Amino acid sequence: MASESATVRGKSRGRSRLLLPVGLSLSLFILLISLVASITYGAADISFDTVYAALTDFDGSTDHLIIRTVRLPRSLIAMLVGAALGVAGVLMQGLTRNPLASPGILGVNAGAAMAVVIAVFLFGSSSLSVYAWCAFGGAGVTAITVYLLGSLGRGGLTPLNLTIAGAALTALLSSLTTAILILSQQTLDEIRFWLAGSVAGRDFTLFLQVLPYIGIGLAIAFALGKQMTTLTLGDDVAKSLGQQTLWVKLTAAVSVVLLAGSAVAAAGPIGFIGLVVPHIVRFLVGVDYRWILPYSAIFGAILLLVADITARVLISPQELPVGVMTALVGAPFFIYLARFKVRR
Amino acid sequence: MRKSWLVIRPRLLPLSFRLERRVPTVLFVLVLVTLLAIVINVGQGEYPIPPLAVLKTIVGLPTANPDYAFIVNVLRLPRTLVAFGVGVGLAISGTILQGLTRNPLADPGIIGVNAGASLAAVSLIVLFPDVPLFALPLSAFAGALVVAILIYLLAWDKGSSPIRLILVGVGIAAILGALTNLMVTFGEINSVSQALVWLAGSVYGRGWQHVGALFPWLAVFLPLSLALSMQLNTLSLGEDLARGLGARVEWQRGLLLLMSAAMAGAAVAVAGTIGFVGLMAPHLGRQLVGPNHEGLMPTAALIGGLIIVLADWLARVLFAPIELPCGAITAAVGAPYFLYLLVRNRKR
Repeated sequence: MASESATVRGKSRGRSRLLLPVGLSLSLFILLISLVASITYGAADISFDTVYAALTDFDGSTDHLIIRTVRLPRSLIAMLVGAALGVAGVLMQGLTRNPLASPGILGVNAGAAMAVVIAVFLFGSSSLSVYAWCAFGGAGVTAITVYLLGSLGRGGLTPLNLTIAGAALTALLSSLTTAILILSQQTLDEIRFWLAGSVAGRDFTLFLQVLPYIGIGLAIAFALGKQMTTLTLGDDVAKSLGQQTLWVKLTAAVSVVLLAGSAVAAAGPIGFIGLVVPHIVRFLVGVDYRWILPYSAIFGAILLLVADITARVLISPQELPVGVMTALVGAPFFIYLARFKVRR
Repeated sequence: MRKSWLVIRPRLLPLSFRLERRVPTVLFVLVLVTLLAIVINVGQGEYPIPPLAVLKTIVGLPTANPDYAFIVNVLRLPRTLVAFGVGVGLAISGTILQGLTRNPLADPGIIGVNAGASLAAVSLIVLFPDVPLFALPLSAFAGALVVAILIYLLAWDKGSSPIRLILVGVGIAAILGALTNLMVTFGEINSVSQALVWLAGSVYGRGWQHVGALFPWLAVFLPLSLALSMQLNTLSLGEDLARGLGARVEWQRGLLLLMSAAMAGAAVAVAGTIGFVGLMAPHLGRQLVGPNHEGLMPTAALIGGLIIVLADWLARVLFAPIELPCGAITAAVGAPYFLYLLVRNRKR
């Protein structure tokens, strides 16, 4: 047993020296391909050369306009939102040490969504900065509530307690959201596509507006890599190694709220990216959060881009909300995890 | 000690009930309170009717005002009856689920049974707006049943485990939620609006045809679940002990799950997803008559009915003339109660 774990450790060290950077650049390359594919495929048939020309040598033709004002911002936002959700999921799973944690399951998305619906209902506002701040508020309050509720249950923060608390809160929030939507059909019409989770019809200013929030969130997350790795050893060990666990947790929580909140503000509640990505990444990379975090960002971006392309192509010229796509793919994965990865 | 139990053993049926002495009294009081609540709910509203006149109208005696008959018999009474029936259904469903999963936090809304019923019914409303009313409970029941079976099968791993049941249920609920969203996104706005009203859980505008759609289900499944409540006692001791006592665990579990799905499906079909009733009613019932399921089942059923009748009354009176869906009221009360349950659980 001892020798086995020694070889595992040796292998993972070898992995981290050589394979991990190579893998990172490889996945960056895949991300680039997905981005190009996302810009190229769509309802209007536009050749790759035209896409290239539109980006480098803009001439104002319809095709170029489509690329620049419709597809490019949409793809960039999908990329950004995917990265944010992936990293938020990793942080949540690391913080709660729970393989089922993710912004969607634990109700953080639902909280952000409800805050936005309330804002639209009360102020009729559709400006993104209002969306964003409401979404942050909603996400933050819900995250804290779920965490408290989950840790109050019997046996502390078990996956079951946390998941049930999240599910109950989601039920409550979505029923209240529905009640608001009933009172105002105008709000319903304005917001229903957004509620399903979609990156369609987003323009470039939106990208620029969410960029700083997600940028800060990602920066905080990446800076926490080493501390998060220590934290996975357990609170006691981390404390005895001299870590101020409370501060690490709080900072990570701020990052989660920034990332999940702005992702919801930009694209509506898109579930399951934050659940699936950490598992794939941990399977490939191991336990070192200094590598897990950047990998998760890239994988999240790839996953959402691919899901968005599929959502567009599957029933073209109509398109599905991408949130529905990710739920249909991600929920079976959740069930798989619940069956095989959760042990009591 | 012997005197504290009441044993009922009908000669013709292979059944026996062992109740605590206080159960009949509690049930009697609950019936009185429920009747009172029904009378109040029927009497109050835009057009107030004195309680005595309500009683007279229901029984069929002539009253001072000929309008009363229309308002009571056509508008308010069926609606209140639907509210009561829905509460009974959800409460029984919740009691069974909590007993089966041995988890005090289980509820048909939290594990995807309600979501299945919702999806089936919303699809029906959105895709076939002209479908007759009696089809709605059927499709909702089918949805709830398919989901219950699916959850049961997916949670199967050399025997079913309560924890996996719940987690798998949450996952399934997510898929169903996504599909319901799909319906809401692509449907025609008017039928979507209608479907949403229905989704939020409301007994607004329910008439005798809804009573007719709901009560047959209750008439069939209520006695059945009462008959099975003894088995639930054994099952809630835990799988090993139940098997040791000679229970056919998987068979009984399957049967009870079917009951639970039928009750939840029928309730969701006429009133949409009214949350947290299936969670609250069994707990309140347990505080009144203790954990013995033979006494708990009817008590919880009455409490469930009472909760929704009261919630509907509040929803109508609170912001009159605007009417809230009563699902919003039960959620607003149920969520804090849920929190209280979590905290109390920790202390034990």
